[in-house]
Amino acid sequence: MKFQLFLIKYAEIAVKGKNRYIFEDKLVSQLAQKMQRVEGEFEVWKTSGRIYVKALSEYDYEEALDALKHVFGVVGICPVIQIEDTGFEDLSRTVVEYMQERYPDQDLTFKVMARRARKSYPMDSNELNARLGEAILNACPRMKVNVHEPDVYVTVEVRDEINIYTEVIRGAGGMPLGTNGRAMLLLSGGIDSPVAGYMIAKRGVMLDAVYFHAPPYTSERAKQKVVDLARLVAKYSGTIQLHVVNFTDIQLAIYEKCPHDELTIIMRRYMMKIAEALAEKNGCLALVTGESIGQVASQTMQSLTVTNEVCHMPVFRPVIAFDKQEIIEISEKIGTFEVSIQPFEDCCTIFVAKHPVTKPKLSVIQHSEEKLTEVMPALMEQALSTVETIVVEP
Amino acid sequence: MREIYLDNSATTRALPEVAEAVSRAMLEDYGNPSSMHMKGFSAENLVRKSREQIAQTLHVSEKEILFTSGGTESNNQALLGVMQAMKRSGNHMITTAIEHPSIGRTADWLESQGFSVTRLPVDRTGLISPEELEQAIRPETVLVSVMMVNNEIGAVEPIEEIGKILSRQNRKILFHVDAVQAYGKLPIRPHTMGVDLMSVSGHKIHGPKGCGFLYIRDGVKLPPLMYGGGQQKNLRSGTENVPGIVGLGVAADYMYRNQEKHRQEMIRLRDRLTEGLKQLPDVTSNGPEGSARAPQIVSASFAGVRSEVLLHSLEEAGICVSAGSACASNGKKHPSETLTAIHMDRQLLDSTIRFSLGIYNTEEEIDETLQVLGKVLPVLRRFVRK
Repeated sequence: MKFQLFLIKYAEIAVKGKNRYIFEDKLVSQLAQKMQRVEGEFEVWKTSGRIYVKALSEYDYEEALDALKHVFGVVGICPVIQIEDTGFEDLSRTVVEYMQERYPDQDLTFKVMARRARKSYPMDSNELNARLGEAILNACPRMKVNVHEPDVYVTVEVRDEINIYTEVIRGAGGMPLGTNGRAMLLLSGGIDSPVAGYMIAKRGVMLDAVYFHAPPYTSERAKQKVVDLARLVAKYSGTIQLHVVNFTDIQLAIYEKCPHDELTIIMRRYMMKIAEALAEKNGCLALVTGESIGQVASQTMQSLTVTNEVCHMPVFRPVIAFDKQEIIEISEKIGTFEVSIQPFEDCCTIFVAKHPVTKPKLSVIQHSEEKLTEVMPALMEQALSTVETIVVEP
Repeated sequence: MREIYLDNSATTRALPEVAEAVSRAMLEDYGNPSSMHMKGFSAENLVRKSREQIAQTLHVSEKEILFTSGGTESNNQALLGVMQAMKRSGNHMITTAIEHPSIGRTADWLESQGFSVTRLPVDRTGLISPEELEQAIRPETVLVSVMMVNNEIGAVEPIEEIGKILSRQNRKILFHVDAVQAYGKLPIRPHTMGVDLMSVSGHKIHGPKGCGFLYIRDGVKLPPLMYGGGQQKNLRSGTENVPGIVGLGVAADYMYRNQEKHRQEMIRLRDRLTEGLKQLPDVTSNGPEGSARAPQIVSASFAGVRSEVLLHSLEEAGICVSAGSACASNGKKHPSETLTAIHMDRQLLDSTIRFSLGIYNTEEEIDETLQVLGKVLPVLRRFVRK
């Protein structure tokens, strides 16, 4: 028995009132887009509060499932056997065959959950439960019924056709992409920022990204690493426009004119300013960073406050309260970890002081920045006008 | 952008006649040398011709040439083959602390399998001492493997002397030479130098990548690394890489015929570069002086500058060099074995650049490189990690 149909479960968007159809339609279009990259022909449609993905041709089950697991807004994916209603005998036989084939060692407890959506069906759901349960027990003597905590729920939905499924595979969760605007992710080569991007995308937010390149201190390979990371995030978030900013001259100006222990924090402030300018230009409503309280000197509460001060847009920091290990776990799950740990230097570390300030005062930092007032407008202008934008497809 | 390629010890641009010969071998003489029809026969003839061309450059018999995929395979075949073949006579080999990883890691693996390996130290210029080598010989020593030219600092090891030492022993110890950086630049005569096995790679001599050879003195029997159809006298199964072999033959022939001319020119450019570097503040050059110095390699340390940053600065001016050696700096952050072995000052380990010359480099390129260095070094030294 081969699955030709997937039932897509979604939870959160079902409660969005009159906007519900917007979310559902987005989810359908996201699923359709995703399945276009899978070999084979698929149809995606919604009908009375549920979404189906149907294979119209031969296809690779694992490949299709993997694609579906990357779509935000999907809570569960149920591989379904769908049959025409040709009488209870045929239904009963199909259910039994399904159970025998799916669970050959029979070592499990189950519960039949029939749902009679088509009220004209001659049996009600209780009767269906009882008679299908009995048929399974007769055919599979080692299986047992447990109505409270079964290993397997055998769902049988009677609609125009009849759906049979037992498995709900966990989806990516979140909200369908494109239902919650666009944000600008500050993407370095590290572990945290790709995770932050993934988490925000999960809430239905589309992403642009900005990377600060500092040749000759950072290499083309370091840049390629960031492109590779963006591609992995794009598997979830869809196409990402990656804006590469040449940051060298700004960094050198800070290095020359400001106290060395303030270099990183001042640098971060200019990065935020540039990111915000790019965000405005590209229709983004917020910035996203991978900062986490106390992880490094530039991410203490004081540092975050001083960095935050330059922005008018909201700055989302989804991993702010995560431990490093928790962030690593997500990065492993989404596949960015092994790319992130490649040893290429990024521009945050090249001139880092041995003892950077950990409790910067805004007034002190602002005072230091005054030494840059002459050169910085031109340098910012230069950085923004030479941005290279790379379109990163999933 | 203008390009000044000074990384010829990593790889070289192919000679046009090599590229043409490779292309012809792929488009016209595409037969399998093992096929019985005329296409096979003409391919077999190409392989034979290449073998002859190569044999001639070393004044050896064409029977003594085994085509391989390059330096790494040749080195693996030599070490693994000899140690296995000589198992009954002994389990000890002698090599040096500055070998290419394809010798170093293979020796590590042999050690893990119960073989015993002595790694000779080198002096501050990268040269081993023949006396120390002689003292390291044990009754169970069956192989000595020494590189002819060190890939990072260009030290030319005393191969002839080692050959003489080994010929004085009252029992046969096989002598393998990794000549990947020496072949085509220095005259090599395995028969008179007492060399039994020698590794060569095609792409370091303006030939194709993925092709090289191992010279195996007539009479030395090795087991194969790969089993299969029995090509190349059962020692290397797999259809011959005919285009690569053809290109290798053409490159070897060219380098042999023009060796003296190119060597003189490379030495001139090498010395011009070395002199120019001496004029720059806080630059020291590494490796031996005089005849123990390879014609094509200049290694220099730039105090207070990180090699990776200097490399990318030169790259911005279109100049390609290497930080340490390409194999040692390929994304990995291990300090170079060679630079560590010559007891380089720790602070300079990460400040060392290799310039390596090829037949296409010109005096203008050297001068241009020195000029760019003169410009970028003060800037880089102004901005350092504090």
